[in-house]
This record gives sequence, structure tokens and C-alpha cells, in this order.
Amino acid sequence: MKKLFVYLKGYGRECVLAPLFKMLEASFELFIPLVVASIIDGGILGGDRAHIVRMVLVMAALGFVGLASAVTAQYFAAKAAIGFSARLRHVLMAHIQSLSYTEIDTLGTSTLITRMTSDVNQVQTGVNMCLRLLMRSPFVVFGAMVMAFTIDFDCALIFAGVIAVLCIIVFSIMLATIPMYRRVQGQLDSVTSATRENLNGVRVLRAFCKEDAEAEKFNKRTSILTRMQLAVGRVSAAMNPLTYVVINAAVILLIYTGALRVEMGSLTQGEVVALYNYMSQILVELVKMANLIILLTKAWACGDRIASVLDIRSSQQDGTCVPTADMPLGSVQFDNVSLLYKGAGAESLDGITFSVHPGQTVGVIGGTGCGKTSLVGLIPRFYDATEGRVLLGGTDVRSIRKEALRERIAIVPQKAVLFKGTIRSNLLWGNANATDEELHEALRIAQALDVVNAKPGRLDEPVEQGGRNFSGGQRQRLTIARALVKRPDILILDDSASALDYATDASLRRAIREMDHRPTTFIVSQRASSVRYADVIIVLEDGRTAGVGTHEELLASCPVYQEIYASQYEAEEVAQHA
Amino acid sequence: MRKDHAAQHATLLRVMRYIRPHLLKLGVSLLLALVTVALTLYVPILIGRAIDCIVSPGHVDFALLKSTLITIGACIALTALAQWAQSELNNRVTYDTVRDIRRDAFAHLQQLPLKYIDAHPTGETVSRMIADVDTFADGLLMGFTQLFSGVMTILGTLVFMVTLSPMITLVVVLVTPISLLVANFIAKSTHDMFVLQSKTRGEQTALIDEAMNEQKLVQAFAREDETLAQFDEINERLRACSLRAVFFSSLTNPCTRFVNSLVYAAVALTGALAAASGSLTIGGLSSFLSYANQYTKPFNEISGVITEVQNALACAARIFELIDEPAQTPDPENAEPFEHALGEVVIDDVSFSYTPERPLIEDFSLRVKPGQRVAIVGPTGCGKTTMINLLMRFYDVNSGAISVDGHETRFLTRRCLRRNIGMVLQDTWLASGTIRDNIAMGKPDASEADIIAAAKAAHAHGFIRRLPDGYNTVIRENGEGLSQGQKQLLCIARVMLCLPPILILDEATSSIDTRTELRIQDAFAKMMQGRTSFIVAHRLSTIRHADVILVMKDGRVIEQGTHASLLAQGGFYSELYHAQFAQ
Repeated sequence: MKKLFVYLKGYGRECVLAPLFKMLEASFELFIPLVVASIIDGGILGGDRAHIVRMVLVMAALGFVGLASAVTAQYFAAKAAIGFSARLRHVLMAHIQSLSYTEIDTLGTSTLITRMTSDVNQVQTGVNMCLRLLMRSPFVVFGAMVMAFTIDFDCALIFAGVIAVLCIIVFSIMLATIPMYRRVQGQLDSVTSATRENLNGVRVLRAFCKEDAEAEKFNKRTSILTRMQLAVGRVSAAMNPLTYVVINAAVILLIYTGALRVEMGSLTQGEVVALYNYMSQILVELVKMANLIILLTKAWACGDRIASVLDIRSSQQDGTCVPTADMPLGSVQFDNVSLLYKGAGAESLDGITFSVHPGQTVGVIGGTGCGKTSLVGLIPRFYDATEGRVLLGGTDVRSIRKEALRERIAIVPQKAVLFKGTIRSNLLWGNANATDEELHEALRIAQALDVVNAKPGRLDEPVEQGGRNFSGGQRQRLTIARALVKRPDILILDDSASALDYATDASLRRAIREMDHRPTTFIVSQRASSVRYADVIIVLEDGRTAGVGTHEELLASCPVYQEIYASQYEAEEVAQHA
Repeated sequence: MRKDHAAQHATLLRVMRYIRPHLLKLGVSLLLALVTVALTLYVPILIGRAIDCIVSPGHVDFALLKSTLITIGACIALTALAQWAQSELNNRVTYDTVRDIRRDAFAHLQQLPLKYIDAHPTGETVSRMIADVDTFADGLLMGFTQLFSGVMTILGTLVFMVTLSPMITLVVVLVTPISLLVANFIAKSTHDMFVLQSKTRGEQTALIDEAMNEQKLVQAFAREDETLAQFDEINERLRACSLRAVFFSSLTNPCTRFVNSLVYAAVALTGALAAASGSLTIGGLSSFLSYANQYTKPFNEISGVITEVQNALACAARIFELIDEPAQTPDPENAEPFEHALGEVVIDDVSFSYTPERPLIEDFSLRVKPGQRVAIVGPTGCGKTTMINLLMRFYDVNSGAISVDGHETRFLTRRCLRRNIGMVLQDTWLASGTIRDNIAMGKPDASEADIIAAAKAAHAHGFIRRLPDGYNTVIRENGEGLSQGQKQLLCIARVMLCLPPILILDEATSSIDTRTELRIQDAFAKMMQGRTSFIVAHRLSTIRHADVILVMKDGRVIEQGTHASLLAQGGFYSELYHAQFAQ
């Protein structure tokens, strides 16, 4: 959390002024009991009505000045807190974008979203309240004590004692309850997950007649929750009565000591009333402070979570080499490459070696989890090889600047995702300066012209979040077009034709082959028919190359490929013989 | 408005029903609140009296002072005890009530028809059961602790003040409403700012959601700068409108505090003047001043509490709505026991539709002999799951009957029926817990050897063994970390362990590679041996070897027969067959 304070820079003035004005307000409040004492001693006992009126006007004036300082303080506090949170969000966003795939995998999307939204909001409230109250409450408490000392030393000693005892009570109760509340929250999470699981798995649970068992599990969890809630409630319920007892015991002591001092002539009746009023102020402020501290501990925890995200450094170092326009990256060479994902037990790729020439088509085929996506992910440096090298145009990918590298490589991921906006805005992701002609050319190759033409808005047809208003196949063709707009040196189709029928898939492959600026194309697929005509086919099994060659070669020599081919073509062969 | 009121009233009555078992505790708690309020209000008077004992040097009445101070001490001790006991009672009533409501809701959830669950997003129901119930608890607790004592404090203060001085009381009563008006005015005028803030925040959250979920894509297209610029634009707007909302709403406290200080000044003025003319003692003035502080506070609190309580009732209404959802038709009371079916399934003249406007299955009949294999085919979204829904009685037929071994399923308990049917869906769902618990879901007392045998038969043993803790590996809900194929194999192992006489199998499609699929096919084939099975089929071999093929389209069974007879018929099936398989 401490590290986050740097983002308050620039709000230094606000951070000083807000508590200052708040303290100003508090000090006006502290004068009130003195004014009341003066009314009693000078006005009532002295029989001076004009003095009473004067003092009441002073009281009202103090109230007004207090209001003015409070408003000023609130403004500065709000400005600093909100400026702080806005900056924090910006920094977080920029930071998260700089992380590599490995870090994104470890952190997880939902964590990152929580950090950026509710955690930042909590911190904002924390900073705001902190600026407003953290100085004020102790100031009032200690101010009241100091004021008491100016009235009478002996009586003021009672104040010192009371404040110490109250602090001990309030803080020990808080220290005891904070971890208890955390456990309550944890148990509530477990009740939540029991509910969610019951709904998500309703068909299976009912099929296995688990209704009663589920209800029993749920009841057990709620019982524990109730028990925890009662336990923490019991402890925190002690706060009010205890502080009440302490303060009032002090009042009794105060009045008795006051009586002795008045008898001796060293204190007036009005001053006793003033001391009593100060005692009441202390109680009010202490309760406020306790609530504030609870809020602050929560905000602090959120701040720590945000700071821990900011602490994560990208595990990849950016390269420096920027390839010039006449330096194509189209040739791809894997040199004994292995990849071990962070936290994984076994290598996902193991000793992969192959090389392809610019413009060639490469098929990558194999079962689920065999490492196909991992293999192509190394080319745009989504992950770094843990062993061996990946060379593009003869240069190690790690020495090329990431931005420049990714400008030359286009990838069409398995999940076809479009972003909120228009078809055009999505296509321009590939190249912000592309002309309409270029967009149409990309759409033609991606077999997506009819998708666009069928929409009334054509290129300006709105796209909803996630591209919900397009079918899976339409989305897939648009994401292919988006990649082609880049006019890349290397094009990677990561199982991106799975929603296309065989005919469209074939036309797509033909159109790519006929492109004038023909990229080196990687086709990742589970369909033998998609890779059949590739110049080179890489067959993967459990992260290892089971074979490299053309369709005919592999069919003759590679058992894994034969098996895949047989499992898919059985249907057709059976059909032929039917 | 009146309707709202009536609804709120009804909800309140329901809440009271839940509270009824705790009525005694609640009564005692209210009594204690009364005691607390009375004593808290009495103490300032006593203190005033004590102060009146201390006039000036030589004029201190120590005897009276001492007895007064002792009374104060006793009052304080009693108050503290009452306060603590009251909050303990309130906590018990609240948390027990809330637990009971949650349990009722969850138990009801087990009885709700799938129709309801399918139509309502999980998040919505979860939020009713968790967040709404929590808000309700907070409101209830606040209502118990603050509403009653707040009202009592106001009334008590008024009574005490009137006995001290009617004149000053009038001043206080006249000035107080200003503070409420000010608070109300600020709340109203900041409402629009808050609406704008939450709208902008929503916009930003949507962008964050999109950017975080597709972070990899953003990087692959090197769009980091553009996304950040887009983000910053919204961020800046959010900053501007948040500042207004937060600042203006934070004015409530200083403003009401200012009004309160005016009340205080007014009391000081009238009180001091009265004291100067001798109609009020100085101790009386001191009591008054502390009342002036106490009196205004509950007003501000109560308006807050009332909003909370209303909010709580709204939340309670949402939970009761869930509890009131009609349950599925209850199992017949005198249902015959039914174990180990032979597996004869007869579908007799069945009609079914999800909504009355869109008829789906009409007058459908089918007779499946024990051990027969039924393939259900058709394009995606044709309603193949509808068949599963009806067989499992997740949904009930509108007319006609489905019988197993001559027993109409409606007259069996769902438990008996479902124990006889094993189901493997393409949408693989695993419970959070260990791999072992998941496999043993249908047979919690299964032996280790049985579990391993089932896993082996499902070709799952190999990968389970390679997991960090083998069969004890804890998986989260939805089996995060397992591949789709592995999850499917676990689902098969789960059924493999029970092996009921009737099977419903949903064949895997594209998400699984062909070789894993071969293993799954093999496991399926083993299971189907000698069992009546319904297979949502995608593979030609399954279809060809089926005893009956049901061809579905747009939710209806349009053709049924064997492969040969359907091909000969030259209808939709033969069309489908040639398009999909023959090339």
C-alpha cells in the first residue's frame, strides 16, 4: 500500500489543506464548552444578559466558520482522493498491458478486473475518509484533553487516564474482531460457492439424486456461518457498553474532583460544566475513529492487493532490434525448442526443430493438449522458449522489439472475439491506416464479403460487446479478415476454421495461397483435411514432434498421423462403401 | 404507491413469521432498549443535579452530591448490561432468522423445476441468496437496534425536556426539522450526479472487462496504446463526475452539524436567559445542552435507518419471490419402489413444449426394448436436449406418458427413476472436491478398488495418476486445469461406477481431438453393452449401428426408423446424411 502513495504526488497541497481545514473546524468545536462556561460564570452567575447574547452569537459564528472550513476540507479531500484513484486506474491499466502472457495466466482475468474496479474504489474511499477524519478525531480527543489542562490540571489528569483506557478498549476489540470478520467473509464465500455450484450442476446433481446431500452440505455451511457471526457480534457488541461505562465513570470522578476544587475555590461551576462537555466530545470522536480504522484496514488490504499487481514485473525483456521494411521475417526456424509453462509439471513442448521458407504453408496437427497452440504462440513471443531458439528471418525473436515483431505477425486465435464498435473499427485493429479497398480485399480473402454485404450498415455495422450479434462462423471469418488487413509476413490460423464448413475452409486456403503478398502461413487444426495440402505438416504428440513432412510422406511413415487420418476419414470411407 | 405499500406490508408479515420463534428474545430486547433509553436520558438529569450541588466555595452539598453520584454509577452499570444483552439478543434473532431463510431458499431450490433454473441466470439466483439476504440482515439488525431506540430516544428526550422547561423544548422542536430538510435537499440534488457516476463507472467496467478478458489479443495486435487512450478518456470523465458526486454528497454531515450547532446555540440562549431569571438551574441548563446534542442525532440516523429497512424489505421480497416459485410437482406419495429396471422404455403419444405458443414435440411414440440403442440426430439446436430433459423428468410432458418397464415415470419417485438412468452430457460439469469424490458422486460408499476400476474403464486412470495428488487432487468447480477431454472422461467414470440399466449419452463434438474421442467412444461402447441407451449422436458409426434413429429438426422428431429405412425414405435424414457424411 505504501508504494501507492506516490500516486498522490501533485495533490500535495490538497493532502495538507484538507486535514488542516478539518482541524480548524474541530478547533472551533473545541471552543464551544469554553463559551458555555463563560455564559454560566459571566452571564448567569454574574447576571449579565448582554454577555449571554454576545456569547451565543459567538457560538453561532463558530458554527458558521466551522461549516466553511469543513466544506473546504471536504472539497480538497474529494479532489485528492478521486484524482488519486483515477491515476491509480490509469497506472494499473498501463501496467497490466505491459505484462506478458505468463503473468496474465498466473493472475487470471477476474482478479485483474476486481483490482481495477472494486479495489480501487475502496482505496479511493479510504483516502478520502483518511484525509477528512484521520487527523480530526485524534485532534478532537487530544484537543479536548489540552483544553481540560488549560482549565484545571488535576481534573485534566482524569482525561489523560480515560483516553488511555478507551484507546486500549477500542483497539483491542478491533484487533480481536478484524480477523474474525475476515473468517466470516471466507465462510460466506463458501456458502456462495455452494449455491452457485448447486445451480450450475443442477442436471448432474439431480441425475445423481444429490438434492438432500446438497441441502445438508448447505445447512452445515450456514450453521458455521451463523456461529461465526454470533461470535464476532458478541465481541464487537462489548464496545458500546464498555466505552459508555468508562466515560461515565470518568464523569463521576470528574464531578467529584470538581466539587472538591470548587470547594477550595480553585474552579468555578461553569468550568465543571465545560469539563463535562469535553468528556462527551471525546466519546463521540472515539467511536468515529474506531469506524474509520475499520474502513481504513479494509482499504489498506485492497491497496496491498493493487500494489502486489503493480509489483509484478514482466518476465520478458523487450528486444532492441527493429527490422527494416526490406528485412522480411517470413522464414521461421525452431532450433531444439522446449517450453515449460510457469507452474506446470511437465514440458508442453520438448525439443522441437523444424524450419520453413517464406511463403510456405505449414500445417500443425495433433490431439488436444499436444502443444499446437503453444508452438505457434512462440512465434509472436507470447511466451519465451525455456530452451532452444526461435528464429525469424534469421534473427532470434527475443532480440526483436515486441511491437515491431507483432506488427509483422498476424494471429487468428481459436476463440473468435470481436470488440464493441463497428466492423470497420474491428478490421482497423490490423492496420489503423488501411483504406476501404484494402479492407474489402482482406474480407474477400477471408470469405467474409457476404457477411458484410448482408448487413445494412456494411462496414459501419455496429458490433456489440464480444461480437454477440454475429454468428460463430461470421465472427471467425471477420477475425481472419482482421488479421489479413495487417498484410503480415507470417499468418497464424490457430484452429480458426473450425466453425467453417469444408467448402469455405477450402476456398479460404486457396485465397490465401493466391495472395500477391503471400505470408508464411501456419494452419493449426485437428482436421486432417485442413492441413492436407500444406507444404510441410508438423505432427505433434505430447509436446514432441511425431513427424514432419508432406501429407503423402506422413501417411506412409507416421503412425500418429495415420491414426488421426483414419479416425476422421472413416466416415467418408464407410460412406463410399455404403 | 398503495400497491407498493400493500406489498411491503405482506413482506413484513412474512418476515414476522420467520421471527415468530424468536418472539420472546425480541420482546426482551425491546424491553432492554426501553431501559437503556430511559437510563441514558436520566443520567444527564442526575449529572445536572450533581452540578447543582457545586455552586461556589463553601456552597458544595457533599452529602447530596455523593448519593447522586452513586445513583449515576448504578444507572450506568445497568445501562451497560442492558445494552450488551440487547445486542446479543438482536444478533441471535437476526442471524438465526437469516440462516432459516437461506436454508428454506436453498431447500426450495432443490425442488424448483429445471424450467425455472434454466430461465434464470445463476448469478441472479446466487445474488438473491447471498447479497440480498445479507442486505436484509443488515437492515433487520439496524431496525432492531436503532429504529426502536431512536424513536424512544426522541420521545424520551421530549418528555424529559418538557418536564425541565416547556419553553426551551419548543425552541428545539422548531429548529430541528431544518436539519432534516437540509439533509434531504442534499440527497435529492446529488442523485443525478450519482446516476451519472454509476453510468460512467459501468461504461468503464465494460471496457475493463473487455480489455482484461482479451488482453492477449490486445497485445497480439499491439493495440496497448489505443486501448489505454480509450480507457483514459472514460477515466477522465469518471474523475470529473465522481468529484462532483463525492464532494456534494459529503456536504451532508457538515451542513447538518451546522444546523445542530444552531439548535445548540438557541438552547444555550433561551436556557441561559431562563437560568439568569432563576427559572432554570445551571445543572438544568447543562442537562438541556446535552439533550440538544442527543436529540438531533436520532433524526439523522432514523432517516438513514428507514431507507435501510425499506431496502431490506425489498431484498426480503426478492428472496420470498424465489421461495414462492412453484415447486416441481411432488413425487406421488404411494409410489411403488422401483430398483434395477430391465430397461424397456415406452414413449406413448407424448406432446411437449417449453412455451405454449411454440409447440415442439407432438404425438410422439416410441418403444425401446431392453438393451436397444437409440440414436438422436439432427442439426445443432434442433432440440436433442429436450429428449434428455423428458427422459430424466427434468421437464414433465404436457400430455401422453413415458414408461420404464411398464411403470409410468410420473408415478415413480424422481429418485427411483434417476437411479436407473446414467447420464453423460457434453457440457461437462464437475463438483468442487477431490477427483475421488467426483467419481463416487453416485455411490459415495464405493471402495477404492471400484473407483479405480471405473476410472480405468473410462480411460481416466492414466491421467489421474499423473495429477499432483492423484485421486486426491482437489479440483475447483468446472474442473479448472483439466482439459475438456479429461473432464469428459471423469464424467464417464462417474457413470461407469454406478452403471445403471439405462444410459443417456451426449457424444462429444469439436472441442475434443479425434484420438481422445476414440477413447471416449470406446468407453461409451463398454458402457452400452447390454444397456438401453439414448445417444445424441454425431458420428456415423454410432448412428449406423443404432437400433432406432430419431431425426430431429426445429425441436421436433420428424423421422424415425433404422438407417436403411430412413435412407430408403429419402427424407430429411438422407439429405442430412449425404451433406454431412458422404461429401
